[in-house]
Amino acid sequence: MLRALLLTLSVVAIAHAELCKPDAQNAFKVRISIKTALGDNAYAWDANEEYLFKAMVAFAMRRYSSKSTTQISNVLLCNVTDRVSFWFVVTDSSKNVTTVPGSEVEAAIRMNRNRINSAFLLSDKTLQFLKITSTLSPPVEPSTPVWLIVFGVVLCLIVAGIVFLVVSGIQKHKKKNKESTERENLEEKVEVTLENGIPCEALDLKAGRINGVFAADDERFTSL
Amino acid sequence: LSATPEIPKEDGRPKWDNKFQYILSCIGFAVGLGNVWRFPYLCQIHGGGAFLIPYFIALLFEGIPLLHLELALGQCLRKGSIGAWNTISPYLGGVGVGSWVVSVLVSLYYNTVLTWVMWYFINSFQEPLPWSVCPLNENRTGFNEECYESTSVNYFWYRKTLNITPDITESGTLQWWLILCSATCWAVVYLCTIRGIETTGKAIYVTAIFPYLVLTIFLIQGLTLPGATDGLIYLFTPNLNALKNPRVWLDAATQIFFSLSLAFGGLIAFSSYNPSKNDCEKDAVTVAIVNSMTSLYASIPVFSVLGFKATTAYWDCLDRNIISVINEFDLPEESIMRQNYTSWISFLNSSYPEKIAGLKLKSCDLQEFLDQSVSGTGLAFIVFTQAIILMPGSQAWAILFFIMLFSLGLSSMFGNIEGVFTPLLELRIISKSAPKELLSGVICLLSFLMALCFTLGSGSYWIDIFDRYAATVPLLVIAFFEVIGVVYIYKIKRFSKDVKWMTGRKLNLYWQITWKFISPLLLLIVFMAFVTLQMQKPPSYTAWNPKYEGFPMKEEKVYPPWVQAICVLLAALPCVCVPLVALFHLVKRKCRNKGPSFVLPEVFSCQGANS
Repeated sequence: MLRALLLTLSVVAIAHAELCKPDAQNAFKVRISIKTALGDNAYAWDANEEYLFKAMVAFAMRRYSSKSTTQISNVLLCNVTDRVSFWFVVTDSSKNVTTVPGSEVEAAIRMNRNRINSAFLLSDKTLQFLKITSTLSPPVEPSTPVWLIVFGVVLCLIVAGIVFLVVSGIQKHKKKNKESTERENLEEKVEVTLENGIPCEALDLKAGRINGVFAADDERFTSL
Repeated sequence: LSATPEIPKEDGRPKWDNKFQYILSCIGFAVGLGNVWRFPYLCQIHGGGAFLIPYFIALLFEGIPLLHLELALGQCLRKGSIGAWNTISPYLGGVGVGSWVVSVLVSLYYNTVLTWVMWYFINSFQEPLPWSVCPLNENRTGFNEECYESTSVNYFWYRKTLNITPDITESGTLQWWLILCSATCWAVVYLCTIRGIETTGKAIYVTAIFPYLVLTIFLIQGLTLPGATDGLIYLFTPNLNALKNPRVWLDAATQIFFSLSLAFGGLIAFSSYNPSKNDCEKDAVTVAIVNSMTSLYASIPVFSVLGFKATTAYWDCLDRNIISVINEFDLPEESIMRQNYTSWISFLNSSYPEKIAGLKLKSCDLQEFLDQSVSGTGLAFIVFTQAIILMPGSQAWAILFFIMLFSLGLSSMFGNIEGVFTPLLELRIISKSAPKELLSGVICLLSFLMALCFTLGSGSYWIDIFDRYAATVPLLVIAFFEVIGVVYIYKIKRFSKDVKWMTGRKLNLYWQITWKFISPLLLLIVFMAFVTLQMQKPPSYTAWNPKYEGFPMKEEKVYPPWVQAICVLLAALPCVCVPLVALFHLVKRKCRNKGPSFVLPEVFSCQGANS
């Protein structure tokens, strides 16, 4: 009984070794860069992490095919290096010693890439499935481009400045014109009656105007 | 001479609010984009610190004398360039007309450069910066091909900004975003020059001082960046052997000449608003020295940033190689660091040479990255923008950088526009009652409409043409005639008397010697050398062509004949004004025949200008 058990176990082990090898059919290489992603908070890659990985792949397969037949034991890991990198395959439990076609695995991983990444606190770049390309997320584009808004603000400020300067220039111009016409009016009003070139206002002397030519009248008579 | 007190005659000419405004305007005009993106480049390719020797010699024998001449001329005659030269001698009026034409041509294309700066400025308010990421292609499987093959920075400049055509003969369409920015830039210029120096005098306080603030901030930031010291050592290490190449001396002479913005007529216009009794000698020396010091000061942050960029590129190169090696040999992460990279590579190469060869690792050399020198728009819009992405807080740095470039360019634009505006005011093209605002508005509107041709797809090729032909040879010719005109036609004895009246000191022997012999001779030599160098090979340009095999390298193309004809026209048009006007006056006098004899300019002098 024990021998039969040992025999089946060794057969299974060999079969597994056959299924999971580098460049085997339907096998994928995974490369993980924990230190690059997390720096000082990096965790070590050990058997527990491997168990989580197997669980995530099984979860992805279950979600994709919606039949709960994939078990954690169906996911085989091999050739784990210090890098950290390894190969994995997913075996089919219904059919003996065969692997799930690569296209199905790829589609399942693709669908759940986000969940797998978050389980390990990594991203598409630091948890690489070497043959599975990731779809790129489009850059976020706001409805109005930001530069139009800034442009609008700048233009409004400039136009406001120009309008202010032009209006103040026109006002100054008008004031200057008004001042010059006022001065002209003032000079017109001052055109009052003149007598011998002297305005009459200056002549309001009760005593009359002394004509300098005849001022020497006093001296007509010689002094004694 | 009667002992009347110095009451300046009220001739209704606008004047500066204070001397500081005037000096700032001259400095702002002289200090422009070339101080930031041409001088450091010349320093780098011409032997680092050794370039300063021909530079200062050129400054001493060409820059300062010509600057003093122009400032003294404008101050003495109190007229713009056309009026001033007409006053000296009607036969020399062409010199003024020539400067006016050059100012017009330069204003057109210079503002388009400011348009590009403004476009980058308004795009700097986004996170992430638009030139840091490549857009996706149509089916979202990868990045846009043109962007992927070159870099995101190149793509943003050539495609998203210029939308450049692969050839100068293909005009492409008008780029609406550039038209909007161009309209804004001309609106800014109109806002600042609306009433001539009344408004530019106020604006210059900001546009002339602000760049120095930003340069200082960049200096401090640049010096803290890793790799900055490598860049600075590379820049300033003198290589005296480079001085044996005559090209170095030519470049120094032309750089000083164009950097001081001589022969544009703008400096004459500025100094014509001065009171007559002003020390123009001290002003000239001050402006020239400040301009050169600014060039030196600007090259420090520029080279710190370039050193930082080269170091980062070097580290990236190393990191990419390290990742390939680690992935190939499945070594643990962080086993190979930059420091032990070379030892690891030699170890691996000895054990597994075929694997290493199969990886096709690029050789990473810091010197090679430092050697990649760029000047002009390439420096600002490609190299610097790339470096800014790598700095923390890139939006703030980008905004600061582009505002600084805008102020530098705007203060130079003021001088160009004054060179156009002042002679037009004096020619009395419009009646005296029409407001100044109208004339400046008409100038700005017409210039905007003419500059629309630079917003086409092929616009930047045309700007290169204008930059190389309209703003180089004509200026040398005009400056030569300026010196000859003042020294030999107006006669240096009278000019020395005028300068002595203005400054209160006798003219130093240095000025006499440089004005009479050294400067004209230098100008002649520089002109000959410049033209000879241009003639040596057919004029060519480099085009951005995504379909070129060597893409992302630019494709060398030769100008077609009709474009070459336009180049010659641009260079010849201002120069030909000089003999044309002289000829015109000669013919007019001959026609009159019994008209008044040649009016020697003895009737006129500086002191007489005010009576």
